[in-house]
Amino acid sequence: MTRFFKLSVLLGACLFLAACTGDGTWGWYVIDPTTPQGQSNVRFLIGGFWATIQLSLIATALSMTIGLLVALPGMSSNRWVRLPSRVYIEFVRAIPLLPMLFWVFYGLPVVMRSLGFPITIDAFWGAIITLAISDSAFTAEIYRSGIQSIPKGQTEAARTVGLTYSQTMRYVILPQAIRRILPPLANQFIYIVKMSAFASVIGMQELTRRANELVVTEYRPLEIYTLLILEYLVLVLIISFFVRWLERKMGADESR
Amino acid sequence: MNADRVIEISSLNKSFGDFQVLTNVDLNVSLGERIVICGPSGSGKSTLIRCVNGLEQYDSGKITVDGMSLSAPGGVERVRAEVGMVFQQFNLFPHLSVIDNLTLGPMKARGMSRKEAEALAMEYLDRVRIPEQAQKRPRDLSGGQQQRVAIARSLCMKPKIMLFDEPTSALDPEMISEVLDVMVELARDGMTMLVVTHEMGFARKVADRMVFMDSGEIVETGTPAEVFEAPKTERFKSFLEKILHH
Repeated sequence: MTRFFKLSVLLGACLFLAACTGDGTWGWYVIDPTTPQGQSNVRFLIGGFWATIQLSLIATALSMTIGLLVALPGMSSNRWVRLPSRVYIEFVRAIPLLPMLFWVFYGLPVVMRSLGFPITIDAFWGAIITLAISDSAFTAEIYRSGIQSIPKGQTEAARTVGLTYSQTMRYVILPQAIRRILPPLANQFIYIVKMSAFASVIGMQELTRRANELVVTEYRPLEIYTLLILEYLVLVLIISFFVRWLERKMGADESR
Repeated sequence: MNADRVIEISSLNKSFGDFQVLTNVDLNVSLGERIVICGPSGSGKSTLIRCVNGLEQYDSGKITVDGMSLSAPGGVERVRAEVGMVFQQFNLFPHLSVIDNLTLGPMKARGMSRKEAEALAMEYLDRVRIPEQAQKRPRDLSGGQQQRVAIARSLCMKPKIMLFDEPTSALDPEMISEVLDVMVELARDGMTMLVVTHEMGFARKVADRMVFMDSGEIVETGTPAEVFEAPKTERFKSFLEKILHH
């Protein structure tokens, strides 16, 4: 741990020195907030935060909903009920994100139009649909393992006191499973934040897109992409912190 | 059909894969009757009572509870509304307080108001003699207390029939009697009971009929007086010797 820390300090120092020497390798001036140009550049880059956060939040909410709707029939004792859920998970899991994004953005409107639903899909919703679907296969598996980790006796007891299947899920199984599901779901949220960078290729003005656009005008990829990575780092660290807080809170409730 | 018969089981068969758990089981239970089912482990006694409220599916045969066939559409739900069950492992809901464990069924399945349900719950917690534990979580209770909560939880649904699946097997010895006492009281109040247990003292005290099962079959039935004095079959005799000798 200390070795890792020393190494980071050393690396940081090297970067700083390299930046200060001004031998042409680094040009921090592009994002130097003390100059008007640098300040406006930084503003432009940071302006992508909101879009990235919006994308990630909506996509995660959708993915969690779709995931649950896929996971529940996937645990049925009837194999014909189980089958569509299995097929969905295997199929979606096999498609790389980028091709799926292209297909949704360019292809889905055409399919919908031919089915009689003329819709337009902008970059924002194209990215959200893709991220949500692609992630839902993983969320579904997380729900399944979480729900199946609750002893069968809980379902049996709930059914014998007259609860229906959905009441059993809602009042007995899910409240218990959520504590086990939360940490892996949080990982998926972080995954979505990172994968939302792909939305840049269909023109969504989020963090990565803005960095790309600035690189094209400023020709300083090293500095701009360094800042971009730091932006994601800050975002992910904030989420991790929040999740740990949430887990502790639920854990405290558990041991009450 | 006898009007008094609340449970009719006829030629019930069930297997798990190649293993035949129940073979041609016939059993009729009258209203208010207390039946104790015993037998070596793996004899199918738990499976039998789990079939009565549809927790296990059976391969062939017929089960009718209070005139309703289990195999009819919606039959399982209607039967479960009449049948309470107590499990070996209590199966209390760990994320809910004791009182919420009791009110969940009446409120969600019966549409009772919280106030009504809580009054009912307190009445039954009183009956199992732990009203002071109402606000605690199940894990803060001893095993005996947890099992009494489980009994109260079942009673809140006002069942006609109670099934007990080895209710004292997971308990420390000093807690067995507090659970059995509650069950004896329940029997005195006229509840129809099917109890899988090895507690022969309890059987002697409350059972109207003993059912001995072995290898998925009902081998012998009779009143406790009959079977304890003179078991008819060799299998029952040797079983009784084993469990009464410790």
